[in-house]
Amino acid sequence: MGNKQTIFTAQQLDAYQDCTYFTRKEILRLFDRYRDLAPQLVPLDYTNHPDVKLPYELIGSMPELKDNPFRQRIAEVFSEDGEGNMTLDDFLDMFSVLSEMAPRDLKASYAFKIYDFNNDDFICKSDLEKTLNRLTRNELTEDEVRMVCEKVIDEADLDNDGRLSLEDFQHMIVRAPDFLSTFHIRI
Amino acid sequence: MTRTNLPGDARERITRRSPPRNVAGVMMMRMRVRTRLPRRSEEEQPIRRKEAKPRTVMRRTVMQTKERRGRREERKEGRRRRTVRLSLQQTHSLHSPFPICLFCSSSSDSNSNSDEEEESMSEGEMARLMEEVEEKKKLIANIRNKPWRMKRRLVHLKEAQQFVDKFEGALGKGKGRKWYAYKVMMTKKWIKFQRDFENFRTACIPWERKIKEVESHFGSSVASYFIFLRWMYGMNLVLFGFTFGLVVLPEVLMGLPYGSIPRKTVPRAEQDTAQDYSVLMDFNGYCKYSVLFYGYYNSQRTIGLLKFRLPLSYLMVGIGTFGYSLMVVIRTMAKNADVGGGDGEDGEFTFAWKMFTSWDYLIGNSETADNKYASITTSFKESIVDEQENQKDENIHLRRFLRVLANVMIICSLGGSGYLIYFVVKRSQEFANRDDLSWYEKNELELIMSLLGLVCPPLFETIAELEDYHPRIALKWQLGRIFALFLGNLYTFLFALFDEVNTKLEEEGSIRNASIWAMKEYYANFTRAINDTESTPPPMDPADVIRGPCWETAVGIEFVKLTVSDIQVSYLTILIGDFARAVIVRFLNYCWCWDLEAGFPSYGEFDISGNVLGLVFNQGMIWMGAFYAPGLVGINVLRLLSSMYYQCWAVMATNVPHERVFKASKSNNFYMGLLLLILFLSLLPVVYTIMTLPPSFDCGPFSGKPKMFDVIMETIDLDLPAFMGTLFSYAANPGLIIPAVLLMARDEEKNRRNNTDSTNQVMKDLEDLLPNRSLAPPPVPG
Repeated sequence: MGNKQTIFTAQQLDAYQDCTYFTRKEILRLFDRYRDLAPQLVPLDYTNHPDVKLPYELIGSMPELKDNPFRQRIAEVFSEDGEGNMTLDDFLDMFSVLSEMAPRDLKASYAFKIYDFNNDDFICKSDLEKTLNRLTRNELTEDEVRMVCEKVIDEADLDNDGRLSLEDFQHMIVRAPDFLSTFHIRI
Repeated sequence: MTRTNLPGDARERITRRSPPRNVAGVMMMRMRVRTRLPRRSEEEQPIRRKEAKPRTVMRRTVMQTKERRGRREERKEGRRRRTVRLSLQQTHSLHSPFPICLFCSSSSDSNSNSDEEEESMSEGEMARLMEEVEEKKKLIANIRNKPWRMKRRLVHLKEAQQFVDKFEGALGKGKGRKWYAYKVMMTKKWIKFQRDFENFRTACIPWERKIKEVESHFGSSVASYFIFLRWMYGMNLVLFGFTFGLVVLPEVLMGLPYGSIPRKTVPRAEQDTAQDYSVLMDFNGYCKYSVLFYGYYNSQRTIGLLKFRLPLSYLMVGIGTFGYSLMVVIRTMAKNADVGGGDGEDGEFTFAWKMFTSWDYLIGNSETADNKYASITTSFKESIVDEQENQKDENIHLRRFLRVLANVMIICSLGGSGYLIYFVVKRSQEFANRDDLSWYEKNELELIMSLLGLVCPPLFETIAELEDYHPRIALKWQLGRIFALFLGNLYTFLFALFDEVNTKLEEEGSIRNASIWAMKEYYANFTRAINDTESTPPPMDPADVIRGPCWETAVGIEFVKLTVSDIQVSYLTILIGDFARAVIVRFLNYCWCWDLEAGFPSYGEFDISGNVLGLVFNQGMIWMGAFYAPGLVGINVLRLLSSMYYQCWAVMATNVPHERVFKASKSNNFYMGLLLLILFLSLLPVVYTIMTLPPSFDCGPFSGKPKMFDVIMETIDLDLPAFMGTLFSYAANPGLIIPAVLLMARDEEKNRRNNTDSTNQVMKDLEDLLPNRSLAPPPVPG
């Protein structure tokens, strides 16, 4: 331990500690993970904020994400350009929200964004269908998919507009007993 | 890329001077200039900052004090107020998530009265400013909870920090200023210290990599057992620290050594066999007369140069063990409580939850992922079928009869197991008088108890097939029965033990007389032999003194033997049930008629429920036995440590992920609730013995006293000043104590009820504990 690292300035590390749920050691470890994805692209000195983005393919190949059916959506939601190419800030942000210290409401709002495939701030039927097909790897018949999506909208849509807004989603998800334990990535 | 959080140096200022990218930057510049140079006019100044160093509160305070001394106080204050007011307005003009608009509207009102209020330092505005600073501080503390992009967070963080830094120096007036600035500095140092300490603490958490590996292969439910195990290890480590540091170490370092007094010496009769392995394995011989057990400790009021009061420390550590455990369990429950889900009904959001919370993001292994996909698909199909199908008609009477029958059978088996234990304990008392015992007869009690714990739960499950309950309800019954089994066994064991204790106490009376006679006889012989009545005889050799039965050590030995046999049985079960099975399946598969891996018996799945319950009940035994055998906590620490490595290896090498991969509920409150219950139940026997039973007359730290807690009375009388004694005697009035205890109990119950999850949450936890009793049958292979 100690202040021997030269990657970040002390203020940067403090700012990161204030903005994420990570401790100093974890932030440095995350930086190492980020750098391991592409050592030739990521410089060792972040004191002058280099503008480095890692392409989505590298992010999606991380062991924590590679088996996740929603990894593309996760990367898109947390990346600045919306394409899945992540800077270090985005990388830290992503794992901070997905860590076990993040509160329920924060996770719920990001989960909503992840499941909103067309980015229109509503989870509509097509979003639900896409989610379901990813979850079951297209093993359900069309009728079954349609039925499930209708049931979900029935259950969760409070303002009766045929799609789920953020409030509907949050109202439903904060009552789910498993949400916090499943929407969690340990790194 | 925006340069947002550079350190305060020249580069920053230059960057800021170039076209400001955000309004905020410009405003901050203006504000800064104004507080620095109040005499200038209040237009925007080019940046001519007085200081080139980063601001600290002290420096700013000092500089402001200097300025103040140079001018008339009124005018300066007027200017400052105006600048402050204006700056408040300006911060309001920032687009803002900052909830300071409230203050700004009122500040613009006060603008009109400004001229009249110039004379006095407007306290209202100071208060408002202080509130705003507090708001900014709160923002800084909560900024990680906002759903913003990291960049935006960093920008706002920097702004808020600068605002706080600047205005904190402006607050505090007159004589109070230096104290205020000092207070602020100390707060900053404290926050920094807390952060460093948090960092250090997180770095100390062991086994993080191991648990992550298990998690990615098996899902979060299996990993939750290992997280629980780690938590238990931490708690036991602290308990061990207390016991070792405050009881064992003083006795070893400052007390009398082995062999000096009777209680610390092996009796003459046993000395030949005291080193035998078999005797040591039974915790007799040298083991019995060591620091491991109660009987070794001396009852001298103070020992050593430091006048350490060992008997008092022993009692306090014993009680403190329970107090600390209680505190830790409740605190963990409270922390987990806000993580638990709300009050959702069973069927309210079935499909929505299935869709959005069924994928476990922790999975990092393709085989587990495949299993997960399959189980999600099956679960959806079942729910769809359930939706479409109607309920079948049932034959109610047959069902009821079968349920009653099943309950009768289970009560019979519970009663049978209780009686079996009682019988075995009585037999072990008879065995204690004989010498020619086989290994089985010596360890019969512990073996029977462990085997009952192994055999009965599957038996209950089989009988419960008769009942045909909804799986969740069946789970509840199953767990209730296992609990009753363990509890019944433990308490039967305790009652039998108490019988033994009472026998020993009766024996004590006669032995005491016998030992006094023996002493007199020894002196008489001595004087006769020497023929000189004036010289004092040397004291009797400690090994020859007749000993009392020392019931506390006997009880301690029983608990230690029970724990050790529990450890042995559980390790053997893993070795045979999991490892041998895996080896057989793997290697016999080459020459067997059917596919061992796919069909029967295949590889085992990790039994979460069995392991968790085992851990909880083991801890209960430790709590009960720790008062009589201080070494027991150390044994438990070693056990948990080795268990962690052993079980991690076993699970990775010999188990396969569950076919239906279950997500554990994040709140382990079910385990904690069980632990709390066991804590109370193990508290009772110990408290009973401390309050009612007389300690042995010749062994242990309380020997010679009528009751164990008399040590406290003695300390109050002799060590504390006189008035405290009278104070305690008034406080010890039952009229005060009983309401206090009731109040505490009621508060705690209220606390727990607020923290405990709804039934639904508990049921979810139950489902995860016994995965075989899932809501739906396992998927059809192929």
